[in-house]
Amino acid sequence: MEALKQELKESIIETLNLEEFSPADIDDNDALFGDGLGLDSIDALELIVLLDKDYGIKLTDPEESKTIFKSVEVLATYIEANRTK
Amino acid sequence: MDNTYFISDFCHITAEEVSVNGTVILKNETAGFETFLKEVYQAIDLKYSKFFKMDTLSKLTFLGAELLLKKEGSDVENWKETALVFSNKSSSLETDRKHQQSIEDSENFYPSPAVFVYTLPNIGMGEVAIRHQLQTDNAFFVFDEFEPEFLQKYTVSLLQEKKCSQILCGWTEVDGVSRHGFFYVVSQHGTTLHTKQNIKNIYTQS
Repeated sequence: MEALKQELKESIIETLNLEEFSPADIDDNDALFGDGLGLDSIDALELIVLLDKDYGIKLTDPEESKTIFKSVEVLATYIEANRTK
Repeated sequence: MDNTYFISDFCHITAEEVSVNGTVILKNETAGFETFLKEVYQAIDLKYSKFFKMDTLSKLTFLGAELLLKKEGSDVENWKETALVFSNKSSSLETDRKHQQSIEDSENFYPSPAVFVYTLPNIGMGEVAIRHQLQTDNAFFVFDEFEPEFLQKYTVSLLQEKKCSQILCGWTEVDGVSRHGFFYVVSQHGTTLHTKQNIKNIYTQS
């Protein structure tokens, strides 16, 4: 799980062009949206694509994504339970 | 109302250097254009993380506006009423191609929403408007080449109709090896008359 969380932090930084962040700057429980990393709606769409591309998870319910994208910790737990690749 | 207009400030951003009103403020020693734009961002001490999410055309547009609208001594009330008139030759073609590549292979079909949102040439002007809270007119034209005569007439028309107090004009070309930006502000303040010939002269200064 620790390796997955590290991988996610690196992917999020690279995919969302968060050039002013390093993985060490992101706490497992930091909010990804709002006051945390300050991600926006386009970033949310990028994360949905990332889940599909890297882990074979297709999210279709927007309400579900709100919960899943709460933090790296929550996201990693969801991926571990639902990944197909 | 005095209908005499001036080119109050201008700026060039090329792969080699950045200059404002004819003075070079930053030279590119080794970096490619995209990296050089990041160096410009750092050199002018910007704190705007959204910059890194933009495509090259929008980064170029954004930096030109930063260099001219908030330069030392600029009138805050004036730049809040700045209209934007931009043009180029290649529209958003480079980003369009990047998006196209991501949807060509049906077995590997993962279009990036962050790329797709920049597949229009006027998005960079939107970024400028958000950054500077501009609620003014904006227009983007695609021409075969820089058109000082058209731009001169169009900007004067906007100013005479009192749609704004000044106009930021830009030529922002990003495609292949052709990567440069030329920006100028038209207002009632300055010493260089806003004529077709003067626009042409400062355009060719870089």
